[in-house]
Amino acid sequence: MDEKFDAIVVGAGPSGNSAAYLLAKAGLKVLQIERGEYPGSKNVQGAILYSDALERVIPDFREDAPLERHIVEQQMWVLDDESYVGNTYRSAEFNKEPYNRYTIIRAQFDKWFSKKVQDAGALLICETTVSDLLMDGNRVIGIQVDREGGAVYADIVILADGVNSLLAKKAGFHPELDPKDVALAVKEIHFLPQETVQERFNIGEDEGVVIEMVGKITQGMMGTGFLYTNKESITIGVGCMLSDFKKQKTTPYALLEQMKTHPAIKPIIAGGEMKEYTAHLIPEGGYKAIPKICGDGWLMVGDAAMFVNAVHREGSNLAMTSGRLAAETVIALKEAGKEMTAANLALYREKLDDSFLMKDLKKYKNMPEILHSNPQFFTTYPELVNRAAHSMLTVDGVDKKSKEREIRGNFVGKRSLFGLMGDAFKLWRAFE
Amino acid sequence: MKVEDKLFQNRYKVDAGHPHISIKNPDICQNDCKSVACTVCCPAGCYMEEGNGKVVLITDGCLECGTCRIICSEHRNVDWEYPRGGYGILFKFG
Repeated sequence: MDEKFDAIVVGAGPSGNSAAYLLAKAGLKVLQIERGEYPGSKNVQGAILYSDALERVIPDFREDAPLERHIVEQQMWVLDDESYVGNTYRSAEFNKEPYNRYTIIRAQFDKWFSKKVQDAGALLICETTVSDLLMDGNRVIGIQVDREGGAVYADIVILADGVNSLLAKKAGFHPELDPKDVALAVKEIHFLPQETVQERFNIGEDEGVVIEMVGKITQGMMGTGFLYTNKESITIGVGCMLSDFKKQKTTPYALLEQMKTHPAIKPIIAGGEMKEYTAHLIPEGGYKAIPKICGDGWLMVGDAAMFVNAVHREGSNLAMTSGRLAAETVIALKEAGKEMTAANLALYREKLDDSFLMKDLKKYKNMPEILHSNPQFFTTYPELVNRAAHSMLTVDGVDKKSKEREIRGNFVGKRSLFGLMGDAFKLWRAFE
Repeated sequence: MKVEDKLFQNRYKVDAGHPHISIKNPDICQNDCKSVACTVCCPAGCYMEEGNGKVVLITDGCLECGTCRIICSEHRNVDWEYPRGGYGILFKFG
């Protein structure tokens, strides 16, 4: 395989597929390498698909993409051990086409996306792991794969190799990830009859619900839980920062088991048949943790580049957007007859800075630090809010003013007046 | 539900005789590492601490997440590669 390509894309997830698709469509000679048996067989996501990002790559994706349910309702739960306080947003607007978000099953979706990439003309090779980048000095000139004689060359190598990105570490582009910058999420998929899913969530055919959770389910760790409705299954999971898992001595699977017994969650998944258990790292370090994303002969997209907006649970859209912008950059340089040098590839960074991707990450740049150093947002507050709701909603002959006084007392008792003001200020700063 | 029962639902193509992760120096886990965080954090329970403090790694149930590599930050004692192409976990749903 001593061949030369215009571009090599490592990985066939959302970022790699977006890049490979657009490059191939523009007529470039593209090789894509995937280590799984088929695209998707190594990939894990919640999973919510954000239409806008995909539309900008494949405008008519709705015609044949394997989509589970479009989201009509979003819930946010703040949980105590026995209860939760929640808010719900449900809108008929979300029931009008074109739909904005869908649940998907990644193994199916990635396969579909990959077919589009191949139809566009890219050469995909599966069951092949890229072991190293081939360098000429500081310049990446190709890849080495784990097959005999596996050196392949290209003008540009796009690293879409996911959160671990071993290639960038081996090549010395990145240091090892810091446990405080990555979350570990575990999840299960539970199958139920389609009608049961619809009855439990009060939704029609094709309509879906998202529930995001914060509170005692993470047992004091910085993290969140989630529950998504698929066509005939429910995905349930929980994720916390690795640095917290390390401190807490709680196993991820025990955490998930505990979460499944919560009185508000248990009945939703009751009777379901669990068919797969998955785990995945999510790069949640945010803006300040973004590593070097391009250099001579290489570009980096998606999770590998830490493009995840943890606050809004967005990642796959950032992956597809960065894949698209990487492809646009390479195509522009190619058309202008320019070389794939670090200086020329800086155009990629400019495009990212101009997009929602960097703007959003920049907006929440202080969030990880604030949450790391203020665990009360995951423990004390959920407890206080739930107790307050319980008090106000229990009719027991105590007057409301006294109840209010007691609630206020609880808040001040737990956090002090300055603590409360400080927390409010921190949150305001984080969301500013 | 125990972690073994969870993993039982998954599909794997085990590369017999070629584990993709190994402990570089077992003595470090046994004598120098206080936390043995790998035995707690691995979502597939691949790392087990034996009575004598020895850490045993069996990669067959590995979900290829990368946790063990990253949490071993003091000693960097985990040699971590992806499985050979086509081997390892095969997600049906992902």
